[in-house]
Amino acid sequence: MSSQHPVPRLHPLGDAALLCELAPPATLAQQQQIWALGAEVQQWPGVGEVLPGMNNLTLTFDPLAIDVDALMARVNEAWPRLSAAAIEGRMVEIPVAYGGEHGPDLADVAAHTGLTRAEVVRRHSGGEYVVYLLGFLPGFAFMGGLPPELATPRRAEPRTAVPARSVGIGGEQTGIYPLVSPGGWQLIGRTSLELFNPAAEPPTLLRPGDRVRFVVESVET
Amino acid sequence: MMLVQKPGMLASVQDLGRHGHRQVGICPGGALDVLALTLANRLVGNADGAAGLELTMGGCEIRFETDTRIALAGDDFAAQLDGTPLWPCWSVPVKAGQTLKLAGANAPGAKKAGLRSWLAVAGGIDVPPVLGSRSTDLKAGFGGHQGRALRKGDRLALGATLLDAARLARRPFGLRGPEWGPEEDDSAIELRVLPGPEFDQFTAESHAQLWSERWRITAQSNRMGSRLAGAELKRKRSIDMLSSGVIPGTIQVPPSGHPIILMGDAQTTGGYPRMGVVIRADLWKLAQAPLDGRLRLVQVDMAAALEAWAGQQRYLAQVAQGLAAAGWSRPA
Repeated sequence: MSSQHPVPRLHPLGDAALLCELAPPATLAQQQQIWALGAEVQQWPGVGEVLPGMNNLTLTFDPLAIDVDALMARVNEAWPRLSAAAIEGRMVEIPVAYGGEHGPDLADVAAHTGLTRAEVVRRHSGGEYVVYLLGFLPGFAFMGGLPPELATPRRAEPRTAVPARSVGIGGEQTGIYPLVSPGGWQLIGRTSLELFNPAAEPPTLLRPGDRVRFVVESVET
Repeated sequence: MMLVQKPGMLASVQDLGRHGHRQVGICPGGALDVLALTLANRLVGNADGAAGLELTMGGCEIRFETDTRIALAGDDFAAQLDGTPLWPCWSVPVKAGQTLKLAGANAPGAKKAGLRSWLAVAGGIDVPPVLGSRSTDLKAGFGGHQGRALRKGDRLALGATLLDAARLARRPFGLRGPEWGPEEDDSAIELRVLPGPEFDQFTAESHAQLWSERWRITAQSNRMGSRLAGAELKRKRSIDMLSSGVIPGTIQVPPSGHPIILMGDAQTTGGYPRMGVVIRADLWKLAQAPLDGRLRLVQVDMAAALEAWAGQQRYLAQVAQGLAAAGWSRPA
């Protein structure tokens, strides 16, 4: 087994799903291997849906069609052969109104990181991000690539209703809430783009592998 | 057409769920008791996946404006069709102008009530499918009837039934539904559970508590999850988790230590440790378990979980055979 292919830990999630999980930390290279696994297992008989996570993948299966032990053996056998799928993502620019009522936690992020508010905005909008997965809510993109100095823990008390299209920082991740929902991420701005529209094809603005740039529309500090 | 005169606490259009979209964060949703909706649909000559209504805690009134046929499964909340009792898992003809009433959960004289009922109508509820399903996604606000819970005055169209007039009007008949409840009012409903991926992160004391506690289902429960009160489960040490997939039945334990059993409308990924997962064959019991009711979680292994699931499929096959033998075949 080469070091490029650390073996995933496999654990059933109930009687009809299987978790395949790599050791942290999450890296883009590992996530690409996760995408490749997702594409592969969807070809297998008895496999239903795949749910990519951060550094992990859960697949659902029909236990009357495939035995969980056989499935685990098949994942282990396939894993070293998979080459990281470099999904040719699109570059998506997301306009953001930072701070003020759109980003009520900008001051907290500045305080935690020791940077000025303007500097937090400059660094957040200066980065290039990759969509690792969509999950949690329809169209919610978990993105990697946050400048490490901007990492800020989630709020101690999650909000009961985060406004739709809020841009937030949660630990080392950044993301955008597509809908009003409870949430604990630090909100630093808001975009005018619609991230989820069930009538559109595809229904989500972003897809795994897409590259994202945040474009400063306005800043209130 | 049917007219919602009283929706009760929460009524929504649901089918067997919106599958295949978890990759983009869309939860499967659908009837929380798939077994109940399936049985009700078969009883009115529908395909298993036809859309019906999920009703919560009774207290509803629905008036039918066309001749049709209905079946109710799950808790019956002393349902009556123009004053005549409608038993769970009975298939009855309905004339235009008749009204179905479910008593409220707290109505005087109400027997020990569950939480939800599922109503199927011949032809199914005809709302436009969104992303392959007629289920209402209440959180994201799409699907079902205008993407929301039903309100007083809503009118719902019915799809075309394959039943001819004679079969539509056939005299009532029923089947014996699955038993869901505890024998005694104060005993606990047993749910079988497989240890989850983070089971080993919990303390030995919490392991013991998970299986020994009589968990209480709190009023904060909803279609996203059942919140349990009882012991405070603790991890050996707090480790931040990366986002990872969750499915209905997953028992998440947030830092408060109070477990949440996720249901059909839960988010698709989560960051809390998954101490266990309720087996699929028992999820329907949780969907019907009343608020403030007691649960006991029983550890089983994969073989037992599979046998339970296969047993449920055999039961459904027997129902299909029985209905066919009674001249009540269903569409494929």
